[in-house]
Amino acid sequence: MLVNRIIQVAFLGLIAAAWYWATDIRGVPRLLLPPMESVGASFGRLIESGAFWSALQVTLSTVAQAYLIAVLSGLLAGYLVSRSTFSVDVLEPVISGIFAIPLILFFPIFVLFLGIGVSSKIAFAAVYAFFPICLNTIAGLSQVDERYLRAARSMGASPFETFRHIQFPAARPVLVNGLRVSFLICFAAVLGGETLMSMDGLGRNIAQSAEAMAPANMYAWIIFVILTAFVLNMVVTFIEERTKEH
Amino acid sequence: MNIPKPALAVDDAVAISVRNVTQRFGDQGSAREVLALDNVSLDIKRGEFVCLLGPSGCGKSTLLNIIGGLFPATEGSVTIGDTRVSGPLPREMAFVFQESTLLPWYTVLENFRIAQKFQRVSRAEWDDRAMSALKAVGMASFAQHYPNQLSVGMRQRVNLARGICMETPLLMMDEPFAALDEQTRMVLGEDLSALLAKTGKTIVFVTHSLAEAVFLSDRIFVMTARPGKIKTVVTIDEPHPRSPDFMLEERFSVWRNELYALLRDEIRQAMAALRDPQAAPAEH
Repeated sequence: MLVNRIIQVAFLGLIAAAWYWATDIRGVPRLLLPPMESVGASFGRLIESGAFWSALQVTLSTVAQAYLIAVLSGLLAGYLVSRSTFSVDVLEPVISGIFAIPLILFFPIFVLFLGIGVSSKIAFAAVYAFFPICLNTIAGLSQVDERYLRAARSMGASPFETFRHIQFPAARPVLVNGLRVSFLICFAAVLGGETLMSMDGLGRNIAQSAEAMAPANMYAWIIFVILTAFVLNMVVTFIEERTKEH
Repeated sequence: MNIPKPALAVDDAVAISVRNVTQRFGDQGSAREVLALDNVSLDIKRGEFVCLLGPSGCGKSTLLNIIGGLFPATEGSVTIGDTRVSGPLPREMAFVFQESTLLPWYTVLENFRIAQKFQRVSRAEWDDRAMSALKAVGMASFAQHYPNQLSVGMRQRVNLARGICMETPLLMMDEPFAALDEQTRMVLGEDLSALLAKTGKTIVFVTHSLAEAVFLSDRIFVMTARPGKIKTVVTIDEPHPRSPDFMLEERFSVWRNELYALLRDEIRQAMAALRDPQAAPAEH
């Protein structure tokens, strides 16, 4: 464990060293990569002014709404598809085929229909995050061990009881994995959308700093997004671990 | 397990009646159509321990599933008591399958509770019935364990106990000991014989082990290679519960050899069919 920590910290140190080398020794232009201390100063100012927090609030509320829609629709659609092998055979390749396309290509269409405000981000991220949940729900529910289902039938289990005690617990690890992947995709989609076309949020601030030729601010925003993603991933992993316990 | 019945409970009432059951798999009339069972009829008496014995692939498990209503026969009918079977009858019969069907996400005790919940047993009885069934197979101290914390043999013991705990008059056993090693198998077979003599259940037991069939059965239905038919019925006239000494007696070997003689040709045919599917006798 300790060795892992040391390697992880050393990795961060290596990045910092490379940064220092590029700016202070190689003399990379400040417009491309400002020195660490000026990014640090921007970071401090953005924390003090509260700009980070208000943008974070916008982004997280967008993510939350998009994720809620994705979870509900993904679970429902996945459940419905998994109910017959015919619909699994027909629809599963279609759904996974669409998911293989980089859906960010379609983001302008969302803006066209829903405008530049928050709703285009919610809709886009919800659609993107729908796929992993839906696909994992199908995979989890349609691969339940036939022996358990047969045994349950011989004992007189109702369809609901079969779902509650056999199909759902059997599919749970795959479902939880789908929920996790889809959350991370949801976050990435919201940030991508915000960076491309939006009025507010973390992504918008990165894009705006770049347009305003304020690289120190831009890097400060990027670092803040990285920290946010890091914390979110820790939260999600923690929740996932909790669901594995009996 | 509280059903008081004399040790020799076989009477002349018919518990299970199978009439002209034929089973085909695959699309009808196509080249891939397989005739699994061909016009099988048999009667099983109440309290009787019956074995379905035959070479691999002869349709004995299929027949068991049809008797239990787990899937419908292509032709023919099964009657249990006065009811014609058209689906599972959880109040009438319990199944013990070849591999443990204990749900890995529940403890042993929870598995028993779920089974009884499915079967609509009142909640108050769940734990008493579960614990007494577990006690009967010597697994009471493992009630709080998860199935994957148990060995294969222990799991199958628990599986057996769950079948018994359902307290159904009929018990369908589909090669329940096939995955076990020889020694565990013999001990479990012995336990089963002692246990069932007390409960007076009617048992249908699928096996391809000759010794198991002779040791446990009142009657053995010997089946032919595919398509499965009843070749002959061998009666094992020996009271229950049977002790391991029975296996050392000459009568045991005589019966065992008789079964072997009956099965030898069928096994050869089944093996030939595996080597060359075209030569399989499935065409007629």
